[in-house]
Amino acid sequence: MISIFPSLLSGAAITLQLLVSSMFFGLIIGLIFAILRINKNPIINKFAYGYSYFFRGTPLLVQLYLIYYGLANIEFLRNSFFWVIIKEPYWCAIIAFSLNTGAYTSEILRSAFQTIKKGYIEAAQSLGVTKKITFYRIQLPIAIKQSLPAYGNEIILMLKGTSLASVITIMDLMGEARKVNVLTFKPFEAFITAGIIYLFITFIIHNIIKYLEKKYGFQT
Amino acid sequence: MELLSFGDTGWGDELFFATLMTIAVSIAAMAIGFIFALIFTPLKLSKNKTLNVIGSCYTTIIRGVPELLVIYLLFFGGTGAAMYVASIFGYDGYIEINAFITGALAIGIISGAYSTEVFRGAILSIDKGQFEASKVLGIKKYIQFYKIILPQMLRLSIPNLSNVWQITLKDTSLISVTGLVEIMRQSYIAAGSTRDPLFFYSVAAVLYLMLTFLSMKLINKLEIKYSKGY
Repeated sequence: MISIFPSLLSGAAITLQLLVSSMFFGLIIGLIFAILRINKNPIINKFAYGYSYFFRGTPLLVQLYLIYYGLANIEFLRNSFFWVIIKEPYWCAIIAFSLNTGAYTSEILRSAFQTIKKGYIEAAQSLGVTKKITFYRIQLPIAIKQSLPAYGNEIILMLKGTSLASVITIMDLMGEARKVNVLTFKPFEAFITAGIIYLFITFIIHNIIKYLEKKYGFQT
Repeated sequence: MELLSFGDTGWGDELFFATLMTIAVSIAAMAIGFIFALIFTPLKLSKNKTLNVIGSCYTTIIRGVPELLVIYLLFFGGTGAAMYVASIFGYDGYIEINAFITGALAIGIISGAYSTEVFRGAILSIDKGQFEASKVLGIKKYIQFYKIILPQMLRLSIPNLSNVWQITLKDTSLISVTGLVEIMRQSYIAAGSTRDPLFFYSVAAVLYLMLTFLSMKLINKLEIKYSKGY
């Protein structure tokens, strides 16, 4: 039991790396697509909708396989400098996870943008505040505050999603647990210990979000 | 397009049956999830502290660990447990548990945790006066549940259950790691033997999109049907 702990912890470090980097890129992607979603131009609007529809309507595993196995099939990409990135399973996982969480994040932020009271924007307009400042100083902070609870759920969903990296040969927490299972034939020890570590990470994320909600969220 | 033709040369019929398998596993998992939800929702709502903790543990743990972990635990652990039980009865051979049953059970346990939360929310949002009124009228507890609470609970939970269904449908792709031939596994096999992963995983993505789209349409119809009179 104790002997398998170090290898599982080194796997947990990889899991956290995957989580942090995909959440970071996902937030940027999500913000861009949320802004495109509230754009009044129907073509831009539809494009952003299609993106989020595709990534929310298909399993993460399909997206991961499409990027890891699928992209390598395109001759043109294989000859370009992108090959340095997409030949590594680690980067493929980060690309897939970022695009996936980006789609969910864009939906969370969009609904937050749309629930902002019109009065705020009208008040800013009548005070002569420019559109740019209204967006950065009024709309964006309110949207971020409002989407905190839903975003917390998304982080936990993504933590669970990173376990899929193990099927494309990355030795994250799940991959290490599988290796321990194969080496020792003790599935319960391996997977239950990994489960406890996952629960522990979930617990920490949950509490951080709760703290942030208390500090910055709305008390309504 | 030749790759998708039916018959010996194409993968059309294989993918078609794989899609049916995905639907079958999803429905089985959803049904198993309902059974779990109907057991654990009363526990979560009960005033007894021990029962309450048991209910909360189930939903918290299942929603806090990766789906893949539950599947592996049941798949590898289930085989070990079955062989242990068989060895007590004097059978020492290798036993392999059916991938469909383990898969449906694993995804069912997961979707049950989500369904429990949905049902709990629905019951909590039913007006308290209705419980009190039926109590005053001397209606027995189980009749109160079947005739008053259950119909309202189901109506209130349809929109959220449609989310649970979508999650369940997508989670079934994970069962492919245990070897059950559903959409994901079939595309993996096809991609391997034709060396065209891009094409077959795109087909898989389209199949999943179709399933989610069609089920959305169906659920919307149900929602309209059951909210008549409100």
